[in-house]
Amino acid sequence: MDVRAQMSMVFHLDKCIGCHTCSIACKNIWTDRKGAEYMWWNNVETKPGTGYPTKWEDQEIYKGGWEKKDRDISLKGAGKLRGLMNIFHNPNLPVIDDYYEPFTYKYLDLIESPAMNDQPTARPVSLITGKPIDIKAGPNWDDDLSGTPDYARQDPNLKNLTPAEQEAMFQLERMAFYYLPRICNHCLNPACVASCPSGAIYKRGEDGIVLINQNVCRAWRMCVTACPYKKSYYNWHTGKSEKCILCYPRIEAGYAPACMHSCVGRIRYLGVVLYDADEIHEVASCDEASLVNRQLNMILDPFDERVIESAKKNGIADSTIKAAQYSPTYKFVKEWGLALPLHPEFRTLPMLFYVPPLLPVMASLREVNNQAQAEKMNPTAKYWNDNWLYDTSTEELWGTIDQARFPLKYLASLFSAGDENKVKHILKKLLAVRIHRRNVTVGDMDKAKVDQVMKDTNLTSEEAEAIYYLTSLAKFDDRFVIPASHREQSMEMLEFTGDTKGSVGFGLKSDPLRSA
Amino acid sequence: MTILNTFFYIILPYLALFIFLLGTIYRYRNVKFQISSLSSEFLEGKKLFWGSVPFHWGMLFLFFGHLTAFLIPRSVLLWNSHPVRLLVLEVAAFAFGLSMLVGLINLIYRRWTQDRIRVVTSWMDHVVEILLVTQVFLGLWVALEYRWGSSWFASSLTPYLRSIFLLEPRMDAVVAMPLVIRLHIIGAYLIVMLFPFSRLMHALVAPLDYIWRPYQRVIWNWNKNKVRNPSNGWSVYRPKNN
Repeated sequence: MDVRAQMSMVFHLDKCIGCHTCSIACKNIWTDRKGAEYMWWNNVETKPGTGYPTKWEDQEIYKGGWEKKDRDISLKGAGKLRGLMNIFHNPNLPVIDDYYEPFTYKYLDLIESPAMNDQPTARPVSLITGKPIDIKAGPNWDDDLSGTPDYARQDPNLKNLTPAEQEAMFQLERMAFYYLPRICNHCLNPACVASCPSGAIYKRGEDGIVLINQNVCRAWRMCVTACPYKKSYYNWHTGKSEKCILCYPRIEAGYAPACMHSCVGRIRYLGVVLYDADEIHEVASCDEASLVNRQLNMILDPFDERVIESAKKNGIADSTIKAAQYSPTYKFVKEWGLALPLHPEFRTLPMLFYVPPLLPVMASLREVNNQAQAEKMNPTAKYWNDNWLYDTSTEELWGTIDQARFPLKYLASLFSAGDENKVKHILKKLLAVRIHRRNVTVGDMDKAKVDQVMKDTNLTSEEAEAIYYLTSLAKFDDRFVIPASHREQSMEMLEFTGDTKGSVGFGLKSDPLRSA
Repeated sequence: MTILNTFFYIILPYLALFIFLLGTIYRYRNVKFQISSLSSEFLEGKKLFWGSVPFHWGMLFLFFGHLTAFLIPRSVLLWNSHPVRLLVLEVAAFAFGLSMLVGLINLIYRRWTQDRIRVVTSWMDHVVEILLVTQVFLGLWVALEYRWGSSWFASSLTPYLRSIFLLEPRMDAVVAMPLVIRLHIIGAYLIVMLFPFSRLMHALVAPLDYIWRPYQRVIWNWNKNKVRNPSNGWSVYRPKNN
């Protein structure tokens, strides 16, 4: 057993309101620079939708992630042979138009315009060429546009759904969507690290954060192809790749990453998990059906004496082990089994977990006769000629999940490599916690029914309360359990913590100038 | 005339090598951040294919061809002892030269006409491209006009180049060469000289160690067990991770 510590995240999708505050916090700190304008290390997508870059989930287009070959895995679009043969021109590299061309407006024209009969306008200009452009896309162009032919219906996750199921999803009355905030997953089997010909990308042993050494990166740009989540970005100005650094300077100082700190819905949790590094390759190359289970099994019980002993043998500090025991990630992922990795079938073993959203499935639609109700209305009132009822009753216990407005197949294709039962189990559990709380606070439900719900989902009321607490009431220190970085034992984790203006945030003392 | 000849065929090569060595080492050690292939494929991918691919593969073949003729001239002469093999070598080299020329012209055209690419172009990029295209053009001219280059290079030019590296330069063989060949030689020295000041640097950091390194890379900032053990002396060593 080779125990390592990993900073691991949980995003609770039910709580995400899609406000993009996380994206802005990240942008203001890290990517507000020339060449990085188009980068959103943190972005929020509307699902169903095409995302950013467009259709990033479709690996037939982008060739990201790992592929199973017999008993082994290989990189789909990069790797030793393919990467070096394609080094002069990478056929699978997304270009900037797959993201969007960054733009600004000529605001000065508004001020400097001479007096005239017409209002002056601020024309949009490209942030690359400085020339006027027609804006065609932005980082969240599909925001809230579920159901549109351009975005929602192009979602790569729909390919396993029958046309009838898709049609049902996009009926005006049934339409639903949710938000998917994304950052780098800081994977255990990162494809970007494996694809980098220079060896510039590495995983930090102490906390598992994946970083790109800006001094070693030589713009071979294979990581952009290899990352199936498209979270490694090419800076066209400096000729270096960049990615989410999980705000490691903040984490080392005990602060939560900016996106998590600023999260309005408090959907984000950060904690340490201990895992067995010996299993990485074996788990990453196992059958797709057992992929999720085996990935979750890699995460070790931080209370287990044997685990603690081997963790100590590996030099993991007592404070880190303690943080792992209090880790909200461990609770969500292992103790309660409520969170799943995003697209585990890419085989990178992502360490960012999502609690799948209950909201799109919460209410069912029933066909009722609204005639009697309509006749009672004022004759001048607008008469809606529909017979739908948005039903949030709890008469049928699992009815809303069984007849969800969202086919569970859709959620399963995102979070469990197609296993609907896993998603269903979690949704039932989430619903059970709500029913339990409804019983506690409102008390309008049949006791037998509540007990049945809890029994069905194997929940005790203590557990349900704990889930409720961490979901709804959790304070800052409950959501972010960050172990000390123990600087007393080494001067700095970084070589240089000084930085220069316009630099890339990696503690470089030299100016980030491109060469001649 | 002798002064000029001495300058071009004896002083220039030493100057070029000196600048090359000093410049590349300085840049690798001090401004490592700036060493990058500066790919512009992200801004424009389709046209790049028809430039970068024929250029680089042609360049690789020709570079190693010249290198072989310089390092082991006997092997080239032996190969060429059979006329069919000589023809195969010359035709292949000429084809790669053509592919390099076509690639370069495509690259230059792309750089001049694409707005996005012009933004990431420095004046040195233009210098390098013009120098390279001239050099390839001269090389093709030599191949056509003064056949069979692979043979006479190995027998006449290799001794001259070797004399430079052995620090006893003898330029008699070069001075007697036709002008086109002499220009080709001078062009080569200029390219070597410009190496540290241009994007050509990326050729020196070609990622060959990727072939034998393991796929995954984990770096510990310090060895925790060692640090905690009081019997170990304090070490200031930390891995270079940025």
